[in-house]
Amino acid sequence: MTVEKVEVEPIELLGAETARDTARRWLSNSGIVIGGGLFFLVVLSALIGPYLLPHNAFDQSLIARLRPPMWSGGTAEYPLGTDHLGRDYLARLLWGGRLSLMIGFLTILLAGTIGTTLGVVAGFYGGRIDFVVRFLIMVRLALPAVLIALAIAFLAGPSLKLLVLMLGLLLWDRFAVVSRAMTLQLRNREFVTAARAVGCSDFTMIRRDILPNILNYLIIIATVEMANAVLIASALSFLGLGVQPPLPDWGLMIAEGKEYILFSPYLITLPGLAMMVLVLSVNLLGDGIRDVTDPEAKGR
Amino acid sequence: MNQSANILSVRDLDVSLPHRSGRVHAVRKISFDVRRGETVCIVGESGCGKSMSAMAILNLLPRGAERKAETLSLLGEDLRNASESRLRRIRGNKIGMIFQEPLTALNPSLTVGEQLMEVYRRHRPQEKANARARAIEMLGQVGIPDPAERISQYPHQLSGGLRQRVVIAMAMMCEPELIIADEPTTALDVTVQAQILRLLIDLKQRFGLALLLITHDLAIASRVADHIVVMYGGQVVEQAPTSEFFRRPLHPYSKGLLGCLPTSQPGRHGQPLQVIPGTVPSLIGDMTGCTFMSRCKEAQPACAANIELQRSGDHWVRCDRATLPEAL
Amino acid sequence: MIAVSIVGFILLRASGDLALRIAGAESLTEDVERIRLAYGLDRPIVIQYLDWAWKALHGDFGRSLFFPEDVSTLIAQRLPVTLWLGALGLGASIIIGLPLGTLAALKPNGILDRVLLGTVVLGQAMPSFWLGLLLIIFFGLTLGILPVSGSETWRHFILPTAVLAIATLPTILRLTRSGMIDALRADYIRTARAKGLSPASVIIKHALRNALIPVVAIAAVQLGALIGGSVVLETVFGIQGLGYLAWESINRADYPVVQANVLVLGAIYCLLTFVSDVLHALLDPRLRDQ
Repeated sequence: MTVEKVEVEPIELLGAETARDTARRWLSNSGIVIGGGLFFLVVLSALIGPYLLPHNAFDQSLIARLRPPMWSGGTAEYPLGTDHLGRDYLARLLWGGRLSLMIGFLTILLAGTIGTTLGVVAGFYGGRIDFVVRFLIMVRLALPAVLIALAIAFLAGPSLKLLVLMLGLLLWDRFAVVSRAMTLQLRNREFVTAARAVGCSDFTMIRRDILPNILNYLIIIATVEMANAVLIASALSFLGLGVQPPLPDWGLMIAEGKEYILFSPYLITLPGLAMMVLVLSVNLLGDGIRDVTDPEAKGR
Repeated sequence: MNQSANILSVRDLDVSLPHRSGRVHAVRKISFDVRRGETVCIVGESGCGKSMSAMAILNLLPRGAERKAETLSLLGEDLRNASESRLRRIRGNKIGMIFQEPLTALNPSLTVGEQLMEVYRRHRPQEKANARARAIEMLGQVGIPDPAERISQYPHQLSGGLRQRVVIAMAMMCEPELIIADEPTTALDVTVQAQILRLLIDLKQRFGLALLLITHDLAIASRVADHIVVMYGGQVVEQAPTSEFFRRPLHPYSKGLLGCLPTSQPGRHGQPLQVIPGTVPSLIGDMTGCTFMSRCKEAQPACAANIELQRSGDHWVRCDRATLPEAL
Repeated sequence: MIAVSIVGFILLRASGDLALRIAGAESLTEDVERIRLAYGLDRPIVIQYLDWAWKALHGDFGRSLFFPEDVSTLIAQRLPVTLWLGALGLGASIIIGLPLGTLAALKPNGILDRVLLGTVVLGQAMPSFWLGLLLIIFFGLTLGILPVSGSETWRHFILPTAVLAIATLPTILRLTRSGMIDALRADYIRTARAKGLSPASVIIKHALRNALIPVVAIAAVQLGALIGGSVVLETVFGIQGLGYLAWESINRADYPVVQANVLVLGAIYCLLTFVSDVLHALLDPRLRDQ
């Protein structure tokens, strides 16, 4: 039986996206705009701010101790006041921003690498490797991370380097879980089978078929874990076993300011607010990215 | 036509849905009747608006949808402005609905029995105690073996065919006058399809139900329907009693549909399969004229203007190119 | 479980010279050596571990280096406090989060939804110890209506519970909300409406029942995380729970306590994961046949 030659009319496409459409869609998402904007501001101020200020974050000054910020009677010389050692609070806050950002980035770099590698390998190869990885994840989750971090920090001597190392080695679990789940899904899709049929090596398949497709989710996880890292790091510093003085980590600043809260509450409210802004911006950014790249997850 | 013999009367029903770039007019001024004890089949391809029409009757439309009708009456009651609570009393009670995919149509966390009984308890509160007995009885009626055991099973424990029987039983729990079935056999195996169809016909005869069956499969319609309504692009393009329809289809689309059916009739062997060229047009925005125009072999410029329904007895057609038989 | 204890053990030993820490940084070398011998810290790690594990299986976690009591006694004393705190915090967040999440899901992107999501997003960004401090300042010092430190009376639990609840609320709310949004889109909801059931019945009996399944499972695990992370809050509020004990012990290199602490916390987590799986199976009939 032959099929008649049929004249098909051009199909009206319901809008394949142009680059401009994509840009517009991304920019219309409130999470991305607000979160991204805030984040950008934070990064900018952290990087450049300290160079613009008259006082730096470390100079102590006995005469200038505990000056209040501008809105409760201070001067423009110390816009956000000074701490108990006479150091300019604004400068310290901005410096603290640098620290937090650095901690955040390095942590997700380390944790992301570890977690993604584990997860992808487990999802791709399955079987015993998967079993081992899942076991590792379980163990990691069962460990009270904060406690362990504290203990190690105490025994080995706390420092910034140690902090980043520990966080990187402790926060990889969500990367692993998500990348494993995604890899499992993708592994069974046709384009992977097609690649294998053509004779691609495993490594190539992972690199070109799987990784690009999970990148979205990884970025989203990265934002969440970055915020997490900053929060945990500040908690550790608050307890004294994270960043060490005289470095101005926000958690540490809160701990230092604890004793003066009655008369100088700004000493703890400001760093906390700063942390909120950073975490908020990162979270919003992550939410926004998720909304835009995974429409089915809308409404979450 | 004697209106009081009509279970369901629909005239000029419109349904539109929100869309990114305007409104989609999924259903455009359709009209049909379902009489007592009759089976009416709405036939059409995917996207022609047949499911929407069915949902519109009971106002089970998605958020943002708008519905308008000249007439929409059930057993003489005007449903156009009926309150939500009034509609709730009708749903499941006077009208039973059967959907396409039996696994997802049933709640996976509740037992089959519970889902059957809750309809009964809702609409017959004074007979709550009989709910269980009635459920077992209905399961038996739809041909499920061991109904007393099945009643405490969960949907995932039943096969596809059994599940659909449960859905049918659920629709019949409160002795409705009309059953609306939206592609009830499409998701089932071919062998099971035949069984379910037979069951529907059987139930219809036993209980004197009216049946509004929605399907894309003309073969099913030919076996079950008393009356066929053909839809395309949101419009009713032809309506006729079944035998009349198959004997003398009038609308170019209907003719095309029948021509597409592979047939083993002698004389047509070796002939190429006929195909209706083109694809379904977008239904966004207002459209005047015939929606089939872009694919119609007999289209003329005049088809772009609003085409009125022409009638000859029970045979209606929305096409100026069609030649109606003399009025009967 | 075993792995947890091994990892904990190794980490503690490996990350620094324990004997040195116990003795204090400025002690003489011979003192350090004496301590090392006395506590058996000079034996190979494997032997130390096996020795400890064996005793632990019999419920003997050794003596604390600081307190006069057994480690087991110490832990038994403090554990209930931490458990209570965790349960209260989780309970509060569920009581508030479930209904709000459901309401939000009914009109996605409506006013209530946006307000709730906005609030929740703020809550997630707050460092818990900071919030704790602020609440202490406000309620404890300025208004003076709630006690600031310690864990004697029930009043002492109000603030920490509030902080915990605020910390967990975002997760619960979002989970409920997304679960409900999904459930409400399902076919069986359409069927339920087509049966003429009342909206309350549709929402609660049909949708919520299915939406809750993942929420409950995750809530159990969240409890585990809460308990594991209790160190910070207990320190801020002076609650005499497991976390605070751990904190004190870490600072004093009271390693038997810390080890036991890690083990117990790990055990609690494993238990809760198990409970979560059980609950999951109980609630989802599809899983029961496995």
